Amino acid sequence: MTTGMDTRPPVDNRPPPLNGLELARWAWRQLTSMRVALILLFLLAVAAIPGSIIPQSDVNPLNVRDFRARNPTLSEWYDRIGLFDVYSAPWFAAIYLALMVSLVGCILPRLWQHWKAARAQPPKAPRRLTRMPAYRKVEVDATPDEVLAVARAELRSRRFRLRRPAEGEADSVAAEIGHLRETGNLLFHLSVVVVLLAVALGGLFSYRATVLVPEGAGFSNQVIQFDSLSAGALFDTDDLPPFSMDIDQFRMEFVEAGNQLGQPAEYEATVTVVPEPGAAPETHTIRVNEPLTIDGTSIHIINPGYAPAFTVRAADGETILAEGPVPFLPEDTSFTSTGVVKVEVPPEYGDDIGIQGSFLPTAYLDQNGPRSVFPGARNPEVYLTAWHGDLGLDDGQSQSVYRLDTTDMEQYEADGEPFRSRMAVGDTAQLPDGRYITFDGYVTWVNLQVGRNSGRELALVGGVLAVVGLMGSLYVRRRRAWVRASVGAEGRTVVEVAGLHRAEGSAGDRLVDEIGAITDGLLLRLGGAEGKLED
Amino acid sequence: MDLDTVAEWSRYVVVVATLGYLASWLAYCAEAGIHSRRRRALATAAAPERELLGVTSSVAADAPAQAPSGPSGPGDAELVQRADRLGRIGLGLFGLATLALAVGVVMRGLGTERAPWANMYEFSITGALVASIVFLVLARTVVGRVVAVWAVLLIFMTVGLAATFLYVSPGPVQPALQSYWLVVHVGCAVIAFGLFTVGAVVSGLQIVSERAADRGRTTGFGASLPDSAALDRLGYRLTAIAFPIWTFGPLILGAIWAEVSWGRFWGWDPKEVWALITWLAYAAYLHARATAGWKGSKASVVALVGYATVLFSYFGVNILFNGLHSYGGL
Repeated sequence: MTTGMDTRPPVDNRPPPLNGLELARWAWRQLTSMRVALILLFLLAVAAIPGSIIPQSDVNPLNVRDFRARNPTLSEWYDRIGLFDVYSAPWFAAIYLALMVSLVGCILPRLWQHWKAARAQPPKAPRRLTRMPAYRKVEVDATPDEVLAVARAELRSRRFRLRRPAEGEADSVAAEIGHLRETGNLLFHLSVVVVLLAVALGGLFSYRATVLVPEGAGFSNQVIQFDSLSAGALFDTDDLPPFSMDIDQFRMEFVEAGNQLGQPAEYEATVTVVPEPGAAPETHTIRVNEPLTIDGTSIHIINPGYAPAFTVRAADGETILAEGPVPFLPEDTSFTSTGVVKVEVPPEYGDDIGIQGSFLPTAYLDQNGPRSVFPGARNPEVYLTAWHGDLGLDDGQSQSVYRLDTTDMEQYEADGEPFRSRMAVGDTAQLPDGRYITFDGYVTWVNLQVGRNSGRELALVGGVLAVVGLMGSLYVRRRRAWVRASVGAEGRTVVEVAGLHRAEGSAGDRLVDEIGAITDGLLLRLGGAEGKLED
Repeated sequence: MDLDTVAEWSRYVVVVATLGYLASWLAYCAEAGIHSRRRRALATAAAPERELLGVTSSVAADAPAQAPSGPSGPGDAELVQRADRLGRIGLGLFGLATLALAVGVVMRGLGTERAPWANMYEFSITGALVASIVFLVLARTVVGRVVAVWAVLLIFMTVGLAATFLYVSPGPVQPALQSYWLVVHVGCAVIAFGLFTVGAVVSGLQIVSERAADRGRTTGFGASLPDSAALDRLGYRLTAIAFPIWTFGPLILGAIWAEVSWGRFWGWDPKEVWALITWLAYAAYLHARATAGWKGSKASVVALVGYATVLFSYFGVNILFNGLHSYGGL
């Protein structure tokens, strides 16, 4: 992609000869031409659109599942052309790879050209300076040699690069400035390549896992402990830093009043970290915008919830069959949460128990049924029903911990109706078969994201350099200036000052101003207002 | 008066500013109307032989009676004076409305104790303020004067929309937004949004002006516009300022904040995708302008496509998609 000056010869319009090499050269020229770069930029922009409209499996897998359920036939077609994974689809990759090749193919020759141009002498003064877009003429008493010496000093102080005068150029000074424009342009494009490479290569070594931890519990940084893990192709599980972490407290605060009632106000986790086995434990806090970083791995708060705690006792009222908090998943912004408790019961105490329930942090009951009206736990209640039979946990198949497989179970009934119970903290309900469920209270849980994004530092450096280069390429103007001094008809020295801008989008008036300023500076150096302005 | 009241009252100040923009627009329209009457009279005076043939009789009938002797007549001088007065009134009202809007934005910021760009209402009024200031700076140039009429209309619509449909009561923001990144990341987006808006108006007018020049029009709206090359240059300059800001704020700072807040610097969230699309579109504009054969109205069309993506990343993504950037408050 060439911005600024295009010094290459125009592309040949004749049909190319059917020679393999010629064809390849023709194709290469096309690919690295600005027109194709323009088309590819647009194509990439258009290709990115479907990924923002259609749910993407690596962004929101749940939405993809819902979409598949609603549109099975359409989903089949979408799958064929990778519309659920637009950003890793072959056709998307084809576009950005073509753009990359086009970019690199354009940059490399320009790097070489720029290297040569930056070392080359500014071109000598044209014969007729009057033809230049900016031009001034003055007469002075100083000799031409004095004038040119002063002109050199003036242009040098304006950081122009001067031409070494060759034979027969003794009457003029030639200067140029603004090579930084092309430098910036090249820096920008190279930095974009660096960013893309950093993202692509970094992705190979990155990993991202989630783990749901109730308050008071913990996890260690091992694959087996994660609820989900996505990792790059070259990620090695041995790379995981061997820390472990306990969530001592997870605090949620919500807006208590006003029109934003119930909006989250702050989430904060207080954690104890053991950086590696045997090391001294450290206490840290994690907030939404303040992740914790251990050994290159960051731990972020993703989303929170409640875990009601139950105790299930045998019919004797003494033997505890199960106890402890069970994470329930929030279904709305008021944290109406649902979940299940699976109790595997030793045969002597009866069959398995499956409890299905809703946890309402601020319970409210009206004709629409029970629901939560505030996310904070102001009036926590649990509504539950229960099943008994075989949970099917032993048959080796993995099960969701949030769903009850009721194929081999039977719902408890009381008075011919399904068994239901509404419980406040501390309440105990007796199941129809004599066993007990106690709602002991609740703790909060937090879903943490544990991960490492390799290459992020490099991408950041690339991004910042890209902006620096961009500013150079947009704001630096490349221009040339010439000063010629000769003895005029009246014996005085005629000084001509002219300028030419070569930058895209420069307004002529700024150049005229600059040439004027150079002329004024020249006169000032020659000893004040001795010069006489002619035109 | 407690802080919430200050923030609530800012809405009324914004409404006052909206009315100010409307009044300013009407004054500018009246000015443009007088100028167009003058141009018609001028065209009529310049083509008396055609008038004799009856070709332009309908135009002649529209010509004002007080300008029978062309632009140099005394009636014309009075018209110019009237137009200038209306223009000054328009600019004055524009300035006052901008001042009111600035007060409204500051009150909102003070009342909510944070940078006033955390939801669509706040983003819209702050973006409109940025655009207003840019236009006011431009209004000192000849090109800017002509552009101002359309700028005021656009700002009036934006602020009006903000104060009605997009309005969100003041309140704290969710934990994810409680960060100084909000100030810089969204702040840059607001500034770039304002500059792109001004650039889009200029690009639109550039197309009209170039068309009119190509067809040799001497009357009508197209002829009233500045030289298309001047508009082209102005549009380029605005984009040249906005594009690095867009690169730095929404993209780079956004990636840093995403890394801090969500644990990944790029995740193809709809807002991220559209910020990238906008970036690609304006990159295409800059390249188009540097390509021979694409200068002028073709490049302006690319700039307008770019602005369409800006609008979509703002309104479309906030309203239609449910992504991580769902902070619009609608």
